[in-house]
Amino acid sequence: MTTATDLAEAQSKLPIRGGQRPRRGFVSRGIKPFFGTPINALVTLACLWILWLGVKAAYGWLIVRAVTAGGAEACKVGQGACWPFFAAKLRFMIFGIYPYDEQWRVALAMILFLGMIGISMVPRFWTRALLGFWAATIVVTAILISGGILGLSHVPTTQWSGLPLSFLLSAVGLALGFPLGVVLALARASNLPAIRVLAVVFIEVIRGVPLISILFMASVMLPLFMPSGITIDKLLRAQVAIIIFAAAYIAEAIRGGLQAIPQGQHEASNAMGLHYWQSMRLIVLPQALKIAIPPLVNISIGFFQDTTLVTIIGLLDFLSTVRTAMQDPSWIGLAVVEGYVFAAFIYFVFSYIMGAYSRFLERRARLGHD
Amino acid sequence: MRPVASSGTSLFYNLRFRAILYQVVAVGIIVLISLYLFSNVSQKLAEQNIATGFGFLSRDAGFVISQSLIDYKPTDSYGRALLAGIANTVWVSAWGVVLATILGLVVGIARLSRNPLLAFLAFLYVEALRNVPLLLYLFLWYALIVTTLPSVREAWEPIPHVFLSNSGLTVPSLSWTGAHSLTLAALCVGVAMGVAVRRRATARRVATGQHRPSWPWVVLAVAVPVVLAVLLFQPDLTVSLPEKGRFRMTGGAQLRPEFTALLVGLALSASAGIAEIVRSGILSVRKGQWEAARALGLRDGLSMRLIILPQALRVIIPPLTSSYLSLFKNSSLAIAIGYPDLVMVSNTTMNQTGQAIEGIAIFMMVYLGLSIVISLFMNWYNSRVALKGR
Repeated sequence: MTTATDLAEAQSKLPIRGGQRPRRGFVSRGIKPFFGTPINALVTLACLWILWLGVKAAYGWLIVRAVTAGGAEACKVGQGACWPFFAAKLRFMIFGIYPYDEQWRVALAMILFLGMIGISMVPRFWTRALLGFWAATIVVTAILISGGILGLSHVPTTQWSGLPLSFLLSAVGLALGFPLGVVLALARASNLPAIRVLAVVFIEVIRGVPLISILFMASVMLPLFMPSGITIDKLLRAQVAIIIFAAAYIAEAIRGGLQAIPQGQHEASNAMGLHYWQSMRLIVLPQALKIAIPPLVNISIGFFQDTTLVTIIGLLDFLSTVRTAMQDPSWIGLAVVEGYVFAAFIYFVFSYIMGAYSRFLERRARLGHD
Repeated sequence: MRPVASSGTSLFYNLRFRAILYQVVAVGIIVLISLYLFSNVSQKLAEQNIATGFGFLSRDAGFVISQSLIDYKPTDSYGRALLAGIANTVWVSAWGVVLATILGLVVGIARLSRNPLLAFLAFLYVEALRNVPLLLYLFLWYALIVTTLPSVREAWEPIPHVFLSNSGLTVPSLSWTGAHSLTLAALCVGVAMGVAVRRRATARRVATGQHRPSWPWVVLAVAVPVVLAVLLFQPDLTVSLPEKGRFRMTGGAQLRPEFTALLVGLALSASAGIAEIVRSGILSVRKGQWEAARALGLRDGLSMRLIILPQALRVIIPPLTSSYLSLFKNSSLAIAIGYPDLVMVSNTTMNQTGQAIEGIAIFMMVYLGLSIVISLFMNWYNSRVALKGR
């Protein structure tokens, strides 16, 4: 799915200008914007009415009419939100079919991973040491999730599911899609015609078709392309599809950054006697990537949401485990809205934080720090 | 890299030679990988006795498509079934684009409102839609329609003659015939003539400075072809109003739950993106332009239309193109809630014939082709509104 990514990418290139508001007294600041003209007063009242309806409905559903005690039987009678559903199913919704007794491992891995993401978001920590920490995190996370050594029992990929799987698919997709995207962006900007054409065709074909078609390709067609006797793990196939898809979008974001680098930088690095790779690595890419960071963060948000599509090819990502929980025979039909609202809430929190971070980065870039 | 003639050094250090070498190696690797994959595929297909080629397109499909824009019945061919899928994809995307544009425009302008409450509501709308996956919304809308809406017998009637029930949305309709199509064509001709008249009037005003109202002529230009067409072709203009039946709605046009959920989901999620595009487009026009327009004595509405929007459009069109494209591509999520779009029909075809490669190739080509058509159209429109070099 590409709404978020396409859009975010395009938007990030738009100039945004903030107006300056004059400071005035209470009447002009507190009353006038709401009731300045008759029409404006009407608009305000209409907005208040909509807000009131929304708050009333949510409050009534979530709290007043909610069923807080009892089991499925109570929810069958009740009219409001079914809280016992969460009590019974929360753990399944988050961790899916990962072995119950081993779920502390994924929980730990997820905390570690999110913690590292949190640390990496602070510009002050952008150092070489961070890369080392990341390498360690990846190793530890992999051991925790997969097991098989250090006395941890092995958990096959068919049991990886729930929220950790969503994180895994998007994180690995972006992490491996990034270097591929850089190569594609450089190839597209290359002045060797054959290489440029290959890159353009690859990027435009991938961006011209929906993600679901690439996922289908990976799940249905890829096995046909492998030599007989070799089967590839289903999760791995979906992961490859996501990496390829991410690479094409990342390449376009980086191309935007490359185009923003003045020709003089290339000429200057040539004049210094640097050859192509040196000038790219030392002069051009560091600047281009810095420009491309906000659109890259927006692409990350998009891909975190796009991983929900693996539901369609039968992987148990977070959305899928929530749906499975809702279809549990003893709860079926009782928590339709509850389940989706919960899933939406989780996606919202993570996407909103990343979006706010992206806006922070843009502001920072505009202020010309660094 | 500029090729430099190098004399006396080995060929390996010649930049032009190197450039050619790199390209030959790159193309060579791609060709080798393709050959390898191709040989694997042909071996596998032979082993598993899967037919190849597009011969299956003319065979009987034999499956039902629950809702189709073009006539289709299970005895039709796979080719016809795929065509029905394409028509469904285009149909839902086209309506999605129209709805998303209107909603996006309204919300985008509301985001810039001087009324903080309205701006806040618009902000909530955009954030709620942008931060939750579209697929989740599709499931949610579908579940809401099917499980929480009342049955047909107790269908809601939010607007007179529009019914919402768990079997979808029912709206008044015309029974469409050839005469209607001809009348619609006449309307298009009329609008084109109206635009032409308007242009000439503007050109005249610019040339002579005299302002003569042109609207009576515009109305005439639009009305005459339509009235003529109605008199000539006599389309049936009685509107069929839906009525509540015992088990199903009678009359009107029925939008099935799958279609309604998909359309609502696509339109809402795209509208949030479009709202942001419109907002940043309008913000990108400098404040001085507003002030200059006011200094010229233009009213707010006029300065928006004549000064601000034409400039904002230049910023708006390119990202708008990509949001239309992604709406179109996102319509492929239809398969998750069972709307028979191209992907779903191809999927059924693949399952029945076993010809996965051909099935996927067909729908990828269709998406690619239609994406290119949309981008070409939007690029053409963009070049019309773009800043002309002077």
